Amino acid sequence: MIFTLGIYYVTPWIRWDRGPNLPDQAVLIDLANRRFFFFWIEIWPHEFYFIAGLLIMAGLGLFLFTSAMGRVWCGYACPQTVWTDLFILVERWIEGDRNARLRLHNQKKWDLRKARLRLTKWTSWMIIGLATGGAWVFYFADAPTLLVDLVTGNAHPIAYTTIAVLTATTFFFGGIAREQICIYACPWPRIQAAMMDEDTLVVGYRTWRGEPRKHSEEVKAGEPQGDCIDCMACVNVCPVGIDIRDGEQLECITCALCIDACDDVMAKIGKPRGLIDYMAISDETNERAGKPIKPVMKHILRPRTIMYTALWSLVGFGLVFALFIRADIEMSVAPVRNPIFVTLSDGSIRNTYDVRLLNKHGEDRPFRLSVVGDPALRIQLEGTPYESVNVPADTSFLQKVYVIAPAGSDPANSERTQFRLWAEDTSNGERAHKDTIFNGRDN
Amino acid sequence: MSKKPIKKKEDPDTTGHSWDGIEEFNNPLPRWWLWTFYACIVWAIGYTIAYPAWPMINSATAGVLGYSTRAEVAQDIAAVDKSNEAINTKLASVELAAIAADPELEGYAKSAGAAVFRTWCAQCHGSGAAGVQASGYPNLLDDDWLWGGTVEDIHATISHGIRNETDDDARFSQMPAFGEMLEPEEIAQVVNFVMSLSGTPQDAAMVDAGTLVYEDNCSSCHMDDGTGDRSQGAPNLTDAIWLYGGDYDKLIQTVEYSRYGVMPAWTERLSEAELRAVSTYVHGLGGGEASE
Repeated sequence: MIFTLGIYYVTPWIRWDRGPNLPDQAVLIDLANRRFFFFWIEIWPHEFYFIAGLLIMAGLGLFLFTSAMGRVWCGYACPQTVWTDLFILVERWIEGDRNARLRLHNQKKWDLRKARLRLTKWTSWMIIGLATGGAWVFYFADAPTLLVDLVTGNAHPIAYTTIAVLTATTFFFGGIAREQICIYACPWPRIQAAMMDEDTLVVGYRTWRGEPRKHSEEVKAGEPQGDCIDCMACVNVCPVGIDIRDGEQLECITCALCIDACDDVMAKIGKPRGLIDYMAISDETNERAGKPIKPVMKHILRPRTIMYTALWSLVGFGLVFALFIRADIEMSVAPVRNPIFVTLSDGSIRNTYDVRLLNKHGEDRPFRLSVVGDPALRIQLEGTPYESVNVPADTSFLQKVYVIAPAGSDPANSERTQFRLWAEDTSNGERAHKDTIFNGRDN
Repeated sequence: MSKKPIKKKEDPDTTGHSWDGIEEFNNPLPRWWLWTFYACIVWAIGYTIAYPAWPMINSATAGVLGYSTRAEVAQDIAAVDKSNEAINTKLASVELAAIAADPELEGYAKSAGAAVFRTWCAQCHGSGAAGVQASGYPNLLDDDWLWGGTVEDIHATISHGIRNETDDDARFSQMPAFGEMLEPEEIAQVVNFVMSLSGTPQDAAMVDAGTLVYEDNCSSCHMDDGTGDRSQGAPNLTDAIWLYGGDYDKLIQTVEYSRYGVMPAWTERLSEAELRAVSTYVHGLGGGEASE
């Protein structure tokens, strides 16, 4: 919990130097300028497939962990669980243990003590909520500047609204709704049943050992007696309010609190631990028959999980590969088709292209444009007598480019001629190209 | 958390409808739903009083708040005009040739000019500015200009128009209809000569005779070598560009009946900033010439 919360709060404050014209925040989602910065990686809108790929990886990873170990995500990593745990922790500090809280809850009269405790608790929750919503907005703007703006009241209204909404939802989801979100609002518990099978590790109750369950006062000599003493410890600790002894249920988030509770009781009454335990359903038959159970690794390594891992790695390698072959220069070429060509006074044929050059660096770069394909083709840039153009830092630049074929030359007289447009960064020789078409007189 | 079993009523109230033993309950609507419904009715009444709502014969009820989508649009347009005011003033006051030197001003002028062009010019010159040869609307993309291709020339042409009798500063010239002065034979000869200037004549035997006709009748405007005269809008006859078409029949028609293309003066409809914007745009279409 501390680890996940730590990542969340610290990340926007990490600095990363990118040069004079770019923000120096390590992780920044710059919506206004449509850039996403992640340490040394900068993603422009047209590279959004990286984000899609990461989401697919996250999805497959979730499938993998679910099929191997059940709802570990829900139990340990889901923000809903992490924040609920944090809220419960605060509640325990302020109002005492479960029994104390119950007493307070059942106390009808709002005396000073109850009011004080409740007020402290709600204020603390509100502060946590505020910190949560507050930390969120730092991912979208320069964190130190925004903090100063927020405190002095100069920040954008959207920042305040976002914080207010997130504070309210955090307070409500973590403090009041809690497991109801998991049971009623979250679609994941319904989906994950499809990932789980009899080899998945889940929290289970050893019925064959525990039943028939009996309270100590119900015990009569000579009658069969299971290990379960029906103390309800497992039910009481359950954050989603189920009785694990009824079997695997939709609501269970595999938090294992019932395992700990039961193990304590088993230790007290001198019975072996593990009446409630992590186990796979396929173990049950073996264990009932007294046969040795499958080792854990065999549960985890099975075609399904191997396939998920393979898919996960495939997408991962694909993304890393795409990241490395990603060109530093990008351009797009859109031939102007209205009209498809222009006849000049000397009879030569001119085609026009809208060339968009992307400079993803933090400094201005000179690009030289050239054509390869037919020796007759000549290039000319609008607005400049030179063949190179300066693209400012971190921008895309639209340059109108003319390609001219002299009268009587092959491209001028043929309907279509393929050629390649090159853009070269004259400062370091990096190149990029695009293939396009030259339209001549179609006679 | 405990789950209470839902208690079923012993004898539910039914509407009396029954299909194949399936009965329709007559439960009241949920209270919250009912009140929301009533609240919506009250809201709707208030809304139709406050906002334009009920259709009448010629218009609709205006609503007591006086709201109108049209007024909102007018407000938005006024806001845009206001935000562009500074750059428009600057555009209207600097030297025309200096616009290209200021990237911000040039970018604004080209974008604004493109909008002006699509609104006012595209009807004749085409949305791609390629003109219409059949009707004699000039192609603005090429490097051939009748009256000059510097941004100042273009600005003057757009401002005052061509052969536009309402504006004293309009570009003006007129080619005579030679059908009244020359014999058909002579017209055929001079057309063959003109075709020989930039390519191959229809009948090479007529070219020599055409030279004489040209020198007597045409060279005063189109110059001895046929390169034309921009000061009077006389086209260059030696290049590959023809305003109305360069084939034999078209040229015969041109010489016989003459041509008289007109363009309106835009000072009456466009502001100085708009005129300069569209001049910059046209100058940047690919044929613009450098100012002297």
